[in-house]
Amino acid sequence: MKEFLMIALGVLIFVVIFQIAKASEYVSVLKGEEKTRKQNNRINAFFLLGFLVFGLIGAWYCNELYYGKTLFPQGSASIEGEKIDSMMWITISVTGLVFVITQILLFWFAFKYQASDNRKAFYFAHSTKLELIWTTIPAIVLAVLVVFGLKAWFKLTGDAPKDSIVVEVTGHQFAWEFRYPGPDNVLGKKDYRLTRGRNPLGVNFDDPASHDDIHVSGTMHIPVGVPVKMVINAQDVIHDVGLSQFRLKMDAVPGIPTTQWFTPKITTADMKIKTGNPNFTYEISCDQMCGPGHFSMRGVIVVETMAEYKKWLSEQKPEYYTVFPDKAPPMTDTATTVAKPVIAALTGNK
Amino acid sequence: MSSVATLQGADVQESHDTHQHHHHHETFITKYVFSQDHKMIAKQFLVTGMIWAIIGGLFSVIFRLQLGYPETTFPWLEDFLGHWAKGGKLQPEFYYALVTMHGTILVFFVLTAGLSGTFANFLIPLQVGARDMASPFLNMLSYWFFFLASVIMFSSLFVQTGPASGGWTIYPPLSALGDASSGSKIGMDLWLISMAMFIVSALLGGLNYITTILNMRTKGMSMTRLPLTVWALFFTAVLGVLSFPVLLSGAILLLFDRNLGTSFYLSDIAIAGKILPNEGGSAILFQHLFWFLGHPEVYIILLPAMGMSSEIISVNSRKPIFGYMAMVGSLFAIAILAFLVWAHHMFVTGLNPFLGSFFVLLTLLIAVPSAIKVFNWLTTLWRGSIRFTPGMLFAIGFVSLFISGGLTGIFLGNSALDLHLHDTYFVVAHFHIVMGVASFFGMFAGVYHWFPKMFGRYLNNTLAYIHFWVTIIGAYLIFWPMHYEGLAGMPRRYYDFSNWESFKMFGSLNEFISFVAMIVFAVQLLFVFNFFYSMYKGRKVTSTNPWGSNTLEWTTPIQPGHGNWPGEIPEVHRGAYDYAKDGHEFIPQNVPVGADETHH
Repeated sequence: MKEFLMIALGVLIFVVIFQIAKASEYVSVLKGEEKTRKQNNRINAFFLLGFLVFGLIGAWYCNELYYGKTLFPQGSASIEGEKIDSMMWITISVTGLVFVITQILLFWFAFKYQASDNRKAFYFAHSTKLELIWTTIPAIVLAVLVVFGLKAWFKLTGDAPKDSIVVEVTGHQFAWEFRYPGPDNVLGKKDYRLTRGRNPLGVNFDDPASHDDIHVSGTMHIPVGVPVKMVINAQDVIHDVGLSQFRLKMDAVPGIPTTQWFTPKITTADMKIKTGNPNFTYEISCDQMCGPGHFSMRGVIVVETMAEYKKWLSEQKPEYYTVFPDKAPPMTDTATTVAKPVIAALTGNK
Repeated sequence: MSSVATLQGADVQESHDTHQHHHHHETFITKYVFSQDHKMIAKQFLVTGMIWAIIGGLFSVIFRLQLGYPETTFPWLEDFLGHWAKGGKLQPEFYYALVTMHGTILVFFVLTAGLSGTFANFLIPLQVGARDMASPFLNMLSYWFFFLASVIMFSSLFVQTGPASGGWTIYPPLSALGDASSGSKIGMDLWLISMAMFIVSALLGGLNYITTILNMRTKGMSMTRLPLTVWALFFTAVLGVLSFPVLLSGAILLLFDRNLGTSFYLSDIAIAGKILPNEGGSAILFQHLFWFLGHPEVYIILLPAMGMSSEIISVNSRKPIFGYMAMVGSLFAIAILAFLVWAHHMFVTGLNPFLGSFFVLLTLLIAVPSAIKVFNWLTTLWRGSIRFTPGMLFAIGFVSLFISGGLTGIFLGNSALDLHLHDTYFVVAHFHIVMGVASFFGMFAGVYHWFPKMFGRYLNNTLAYIHFWVTIIGAYLIFWPMHYEGLAGMPRRYYDFSNWESFKMFGSLNEFISFVAMIVFAVQLLFVFNFFYSMYKGRKVTSTNPWGSNTLEWTTPIQPGHGNWPGEIPEVHRGAYDYAKDGHEFIPQNVPVGADETHH
């Protein structure tokens, strides 16, 4: 019933608008088309000016409302992301200036040069000088933007520092998996044909390097202040590791591993204080359409101090022992046989 | 005609019985269905495009309901969509199907076929002075292949597993594997077959447009005297002819991967508990093939709007378009660069960074010809005597939107910033403004401006003004705030944000956007109503040249018959933009150069 009333109301509004439009056509015939045309011209010119003024006020108001919700106020959570933020500010300044000037000229000219009885259009077909000016200036400005942009780009996509922690990130419909190389600092080989129930990542456990690898789902732990290199895979379709607070993104493509590295500079706990949001979480969003569950493909990154990170790592059990429980050392010994080498390797690396 | 043409010649009152009838018998079928008259084919493209636009727009309203009101159920949706909206709540599978079909329909069926199909067909022969297209028969086939593509795409909406739902970019493996998504089952095959038919239509049309422009210009119509509309449609056709075949090959390989067990795009895949035998393919290969069309496609959509806006701005400012040669040159530059920037859609695929840097440079280079165009439009307005016809308002709106959307392209084309902004709402805002809404504005400008030539009647002005003002205000209200969502990292193509700590704070903004989108959609229905009502009941056009325009289409009778000019085709003596010259308000192209005229 409610829907029916809504439709009826919509139709009614339609009919009213149409009748007004129809009537205005008759009125214009009565008043004389020329007079109506002039009147319409004045009204629309005035509206265009109003649109400019209210539009600029609206843009400012929109900024007031939503600037605080963007990622600028909290700053980049990675050292590399700072470059992107400064690039962003340079680009916003340049484009913002061009935007305001050209929109003002467009609507101001439209208003100022509206047809009237004593206005005659000015014949002005071309001017090589003017055209050269507005070819050269944009070219120079853009060259500057390209230089700044590419400097940042090569830094961001360059090789990860040697002392990076390596984490393998694997996307599948619709979750994230993480694999740490363990004390030997080498990730065990994988073969997608080995993927099955107990071995969801298709690790080749014949490779001894895999025996100390740690596999966790959903949440990735990383220490603050140390570069992290992600080796990114996908098992089924293309996904994308989206790290908006760190200002980075990289696709996960089946069959073609990609990498991305960054240095987190604020722990999750500090970010909760900084943003004033006790629920603050670094989230991995899948940023490449991957199927009906795309919107729910959420991962979490916990950035913590080195001590917390080492403690967390020491509590993880290598995947080899979950897959082959009979090969696992007795429970009581786990801490000594597994965790100790992990810590030793980490401290040895430092 | 040309010998008697005087300065007033084009404005002579025309009585409708001066039509000279051509001596071939026309039945209802040959006149309205299998027509070979370019003007009728143009109208067929336009009406089909409008029907698609309503469907595509309606889809966006339905998925905006989900985005704006994720907690609310709409029982009437279930009546309408059945199990796709169980309990009155849109299901994720169907949400993605709607998003995909919205993109496909609007990019290809509306803004490619509906826009250049309509205006290339309608304007090219009339503005270059030809009786029809080079091959009227291929032209007819072009429409009917488009119609066939439409029927197949429309039927895919009704298959049990739903239409394609992998996004309009249909990246494999998602689009290649039925296990990945229900939309990648039969719906995807229908999508690919429909697109193959569509590409055939685009190629038949494009070849015809190019041939007609190059070979069938009337006497005196040198290339440098062509109106900018024709230039823009020419480059559009060249872009289409050179890039659509690449998408066709990409689509055929995808069909093979789907149905014949090949591995062009597939490798190392384990899905739904199955290990696929495919090895050695590259999922990224498809993206190269797709964007080799996909990027020129943006300009296939945009150039006709640019050309028509240039023409309409000049006519209604009563001034020559500023820098005609620069306008042609910048169109040419854009057309060349359009082929050299495709990988800027792929900065985050793991592309070689060095290769990426070339695409950054070439992408940002497009801003130079774009800037030339904007400044030339502004200078055309400067010291004009501007008439705000509905067409002119939409052309001015086009320039405003092109500036707004073009500038955000400078962010996304710079690969370092794209690392942050890729696939967020910033991208949604950018391309909707610059190629979606701006091109629609160009199309509306064209419809309002040439409706009198198409149907011999005017559209209702009051409805037109309402249409313009609600649409431009609404478009900015919808898309401007989306930049902020993008700067917050909010990903596009999400069904629901409520479980995300990082993105859930935009709930009320999303609701506002959805609300405005519904109003804007309703106003487009008002336009459609105005269109069909005015076709039969609109105010009649009483003079052959109601806008005081220079181009040749206004030297034909009010409603030109098959063959366009009852007598001789007029000869052309000058460029298309002699407005305000030597004290004459306008001098049509068919008027001989007088002895007293200055040469510029």
